[in-house]
Amino acid sequence: MSIDQIDTRAPLSTLDALESEAIHIIREVVAEFEKPVLLFSGGKDSVTVLHLAAKAFWPAKVPFGLLHVDSGHNFDEILDFRDRTAQKYGIDLSVAKVQDYIDDGRLRERPDGTRNVLQTQPLIDAIAAGGYDAVFGGARRDEDKARAKERILSLRDEFGQWDPNNQRPELWNLYNGRHVPGEHVRVFPISNFTELDVWSYIARENIELPSLYYAHEREVFERDGMWWATGEFSAPREDETVVTKSVRYRTVGDMSCTGAVASEAADIDAVLAEVAVTTVTERGATRADDRISAAAMEDRKKDGYF
Amino acid sequence: MTTTPTTTQTKTLLRFATAGSVDDGKSTLVGRLLHDAKAILADQLESVTRTSAERGFLGGAFDFALLTDGLRAEREQGITIDVAYRYFSTDRRSFILADCPGHVQYTRNMVTGATTADAVVVLIDARNGVTEQTRRHLTVVHRLGIRHVIVAINKIDLLDYDRNAFAAVEAEVESLTAEIGLDTAHLIPVSALAGDNIVEPSANTPWYHGPALLELLETLPSSEEDTADLEPFRLDVQTVIRPQGGLAPGLDPEKFRDYRAVAGQVTAGRVSVGDEIDVHPAGLRTTVVGIDTADGPLETAGVPLSVALRLADDIDTSRGSVLAAAGTLPVPRRIIRAEVFPFTAEGLRTGDRVLVKAGTATVKGIVTVESKRNLDTSEPEAAEVLAGNDIGIAEVKLSAELPLADYRTHGRSGGFLVIDPQTGGTLAAGIHTPAD
Repeated sequence: MSIDQIDTRAPLSTLDALESEAIHIIREVVAEFEKPVLLFSGGKDSVTVLHLAAKAFWPAKVPFGLLHVDSGHNFDEILDFRDRTAQKYGIDLSVAKVQDYIDDGRLRERPDGTRNVLQTQPLIDAIAAGGYDAVFGGARRDEDKARAKERILSLRDEFGQWDPNNQRPELWNLYNGRHVPGEHVRVFPISNFTELDVWSYIARENIELPSLYYAHEREVFERDGMWWATGEFSAPREDETVVTKSVRYRTVGDMSCTGAVASEAADIDAVLAEVAVTTVTERGATRADDRISAAAMEDRKKDGYF
Repeated sequence: MTTTPTTTQTKTLLRFATAGSVDDGKSTLVGRLLHDAKAILADQLESVTRTSAERGFLGGAFDFALLTDGLRAEREQGITIDVAYRYFSTDRRSFILADCPGHVQYTRNMVTGATTADAVVVLIDARNGVTEQTRRHLTVVHRLGIRHVIVAINKIDLLDYDRNAFAAVEAEVESLTAEIGLDTAHLIPVSALAGDNIVEPSANTPWYHGPALLELLETLPSSEEDTADLEPFRLDVQTVIRPQGGLAPGLDPEKFRDYRAVAGQVTAGRVSVGDEIDVHPAGLRTTVVGIDTADGPLETAGVPLSVALRLADDIDTSRGSVLAAAGTLPVPRRIIRAEVFPFTAEGLRTGDRVLVKAGTATVKGIVTVESKRNLDTSEPEAAEVLAGNDIGIAEVKLSAELPLADYRTHGRSGGFLVIDPQTGGTLAAGIHTPAD
């Protein structure tokens, strides 16, 4: 959008207010912490945080690097996108691999084959090894009931644990990130964006996303009301039929627990229109890991998860 | 670019908080608001329906409270422990709702929800009228300078929608607001359970002529809309942007060789290119020559936009510096007088050595407690110790001068945090009230 189109005296739109809030948070954390890092999955939320960080420090480059916890079950498109993005912004990328932990026996593969919960230990180790004291993430409060309760700056002990019953009050736009050695702070600059806000923002800012987010033809099979890609990590059972279908992903994660939705939305405007009228949350629609119980996310967060 | 009817690219945002206890029907009110505004998606509805049936409260009927109580302990105990943030939008506006706990021991969380709110909805059970908790909530929202206070008088259905019964509660509330000095509060008779006056005016209360709750929320001006053109400009400097050595890829190094800008969020008012400003602590006056964003330069920027300002003179500015419209910088003070809201069990005592974080500056401080506000009489009483959840007045001696604004007239830039230097925990909220 070019500047002469904006009436700068008009009431601020929701997106402008959310963008300014996020930029303020990112600048605060970079100014007050020694070594921040952004947890980057290649998903739309972490891509949005990176875009906001670039805007916060323009014309300087983003003053921190990226950290990816690779479950070993990622889509190739996502890994390519991740590497290209780090290069595009000219910043460092560190990768912590779940596979390394499985290979040397520190972690064991779960019977159901999902690796989502296995990411927690490599994440906490990577934070300690990197000496990161602030860890940016793209979590949003509208995603889940437990996330709805979390502060924008969320203190973690040296086990990475979140204590939901004893959170620091967060007042005005004053963030208190003080912590003792061994502790670190998770920072969620887009806490107040909804899924629709993120898509509206991606459209407005013309932010590049992995192609998985847009409708494409893929060989899939149906299970629990979701469409699963046929692949090494998600094979159909005998009674499940593989079909070629136009699908897109609403979240991108571990292939073994992330399903697609049937969709014809092949570009940003079509996706935006689809999200605006959706009747199911993105996690309910496409994440098997959050269907386990009402407290699935709370339990993982207390344990040090993203 | 297409615009869908529900896009947030043009709608304005209102942040509001709800205060009240489960017994007042607060969770039900919030659940009802979200449900009737169609902000609850099918899988969330299904999950609540299932859990309601499993638990068997209310005879297994749909329990709106389950939509909002997000933590395991909250669902188990049937109480709200912490602020939960909810999001919904109507055709006219986007809303961020901070759903605050009502239990006394969690007042700190209510303060958390309220400091970012343009409006606060305080809930009262019509059968009980004004309680000690109502008194506390209205005192806190008034002291925090919340712009719009709405009192929702709930469970009006249980009083058979009786006009006189409502009038009695109304009189109690008005006498309380007059006593604590709260000028304007909107009073609405509602039934969260039955849906009366939540989204649309109810046929059950023909004697009430005001707007339904959601209608009111859709039309209240946000703090920014109210103040951007009324208050003098202020910006607390977060950081200085100098790209030398680390220019973003794709930019021309020649063009940015000497680039230097001070970055921050406009805290109050509006700034335009060519404006004269005063800089603290340099004590010098200069001119704004550029307002930069990554999207290009702006001619003018109002609260709460995040910008980077280029200044005409090479004045010493860094994190913690304050820029203000020429002649409007508050007098920098070493000793400040403030209303304080302690949060921890230890409270706040005379002699406590603390850190004070105001805007982007953090300095050391020593506390002298002056008085405690008696919530029954709203009058201050001499005190040297304030317990958690008390409200009191304290003097804080600072290690460096700070140009704090008067919170009563300039809101956010007069608010500060009191921090424990050893644990890093937040001990109290403070609001600078020199004249009180």
